[in-house]
Parts: sequence; structure tokens; C-alpha cells
Amino acid sequence: MLSDLLRWGGKRPRQPDASGTAPASRGEAPPMPSKAFPKMLAAIAAQPDPAVLLDLGPVIGSNVEFFGERLGCKLHIEDLFAEFDRHSRAGTLDELPKVFDTRFHHADGSVDGILCWDVFDFLPKAAAQSLARQIIRMLRPGGAVMAFFSTAAGGTSGFTKYEIVADGLLRHRQHAGAGGQKHVLANRDIIRMFEGLIVSDSFLLKNNTREILLRRKS
Amino acid sequence: MNIGKSVVIKGELNGSEDLTIEGQVEGKIELRQNVLTIGANGKIKAQVFAKSVIILGEVTGNVSASDKVDIRDNGSVDGDIAAPRVAIAEGAHFRGSIDMQKTGGAKPGDQAHKVEQKTETKPTGAPAQAGPQTGATATAGAGR
Repeated sequence: MLSDLLRWGGKRPRQPDASGTAPASRGEAPPMPSKAFPKMLAAIAAQPDPAVLLDLGPVIGSNVEFFGERLGCKLHIEDLFAEFDRHSRAGTLDELPKVFDTRFHHADGSVDGILCWDVFDFLPKAAAQSLARQIIRMLRPGGAVMAFFSTAAGGTSGFTKYEIVADGLLRHRQHAGAGGQKHVLANRDIIRMFEGLIVSDSFLLKNNTREILLRRKS
Repeated sequence: MNIGKSVVIKGELNGSEDLTIEGQVEGKIELRQNVLTIGANGKIKAQVFAKSVIILGEVTGNVSASDKVDIRDNGSVDGDIAAPRVAIAEGAHFRGSIDMQKTGGAKPGDQAHKVEQKTETKPTGAPAQAGPQTGATATAGAGR
């Protein structure tokens, strides 16, 4: 120990942190720990097999492999970021509430888990409320919803892809698209928007993003 | 066998050898023991059944494979996929459901599992030389 201190001039050698357990691909940010994601997985695992999962983000091959091949989930992909991008470029964002009201064909209470990622950061209020209504409608009792909410309003921002690296690690990757103005939702706004669901867990990440897990009572 | 990009088929397409489609097919495609490749120019509006399906073009309809569905960069699928293995490249478009037909999936918390990032590869294997056995309802003609 003493020899170590002398060797490093009194400084400890840099220890790898949790996020360093999985190496970053060349030119990509290292994966970030997620506390909500393992809880989301546990909620899905508690549902009857095969669990039905709805991913509202862009399709990512390794995520499909993770949910489909590893967990045996039936996965539905509805890329709302592409939808948002299309309407943002066309200047028709005010049509989004109507789009969300008719887009999802899932029966009431038929989905075990919904991955929203950070889609609510970009949506205008009416569109966010419309989407939340659909999420509440589709979620099965005992099911879980995971979403990220920014704590700081920003200027225009590009989209982020969330790639699953392991149960508790997500890599945040820049995703092509116009992005948009980020809105900040207060906790009370989130609770009101998802009336009927319970905020079971909320974590503040180092990058000032809130990870929130919402559950429907069994 | 290649179906060229000027070819339009409306109806049912059955075959017992590997097939690459660069043209348009509407209806149903069955190559249950073989590999179906939808080329970059291919536009399919059909139910697809094959051993393995490689998609570089556009597919609208459900895709079922006994082995693997592989959506390559710029490939597009609007429909449901059922296959034991599914690979989707960066830059691909997909909207629908994926059922990997696995009943015994590992539970979350299995730390031994390692997720590998899908990397794009070029299609392998040249298409077969002989023609497909088109079904009785198949009709083909010069397109566009």
C-alpha cells in the first residue's frame, strides 16, 4: 500500500467506475448506469410470458436482440421520434394529438411495458397529454412505463438513441433528426398527465435527467 | 435467381431455391426452405414466408422466417416479423411487432448475458441460377 502511494505520488490510481465496465465503441460516449431500467425489466419479468413490450423510440438492432432473443418478449416498435421529426419539418406539430389518438391499435390493457425514452421532452403539451392517455389505456395492470424527463429547458436539441448495453447500462447516442425545443415537465405535471398510474421510482442522473418508472396497480 | 427491377409480379410466388427480388411483388411469397433477398430496388407488398429473409429494399406486409430475418442498412419493413433470430442494422426502418418465438427466454438479472451490437455486413452468397417456381396465380409483366 505504501509502495503504491509512493509510486503514484500520493494519488490513487484511477479506478474504473461503474460506467467503465463496458467499453465505449470508438467515437461513442461510454454507457451510463440506469437505476430505473433494471426495475423496468423486473416488472416485465413478473408479467405472464411472453411479455408484450412497446418501444416508442427508433429501432435498434441490439435492443431487439435483448428483448426478443434474451427475454423472449413480443416487441412492438412505434418510432415516435420519426413521427415528430416528420411533423416538425412540415410545420404540423399541432396535428400530433390526433395522430397519437389513432396511431396505436393495441387493445386496452394489452401491453406489459412501454419504453418512452425522452420523447416527452420534445412533445408540445397537447401531444404529450394525448400520448399519455394512450399509454395509460394500453398498459396492462402490473405493467410499467419508463421515461426520461429533462430538468433543464434547452434550445433545440437533437434526438438521442438509447442502446441497451446491459441490464443497468444504457449508451446514449446522438440520433439524426431535427430534434426540437426541449420542454421541462415538473413532477406534478407528470403525475397529473399519467393519472391512473403510480410513480414507483424516480432517479436523478448525473446529466440532470430524471429517470421515472410508472406502474399500473395489479 | 434474380427478379429484375422492371418485373412486377401480382399473385403468389412459390419456390424451392434462393431468390433475389429487385422488382415489385404484390401478394404472397413462399420460399420455406430457402433464402429470400429483397434487393435495394425491391418493393414488396406481400406476406412473406421463407427460411431466411434479407431485406435491403422495402417490404410492406408480415414477414415470417424459420431461421432469420435480417434488415440491412436502408432496408424498410412495415409489418410484423416472426422469426427466431432478427437482426436490424443501423439506418434501417421498422414499424410493427417482432416475435422471436422463444418461450424460454432468460430472466432479467442474468448477468452472464452479453449484448452484441449488430454490425452491418454485405449479403453473402450469389442467388441461384435457375428460375423460381411461380404459383398458379402468379402473373408477371414489364413494370413501369
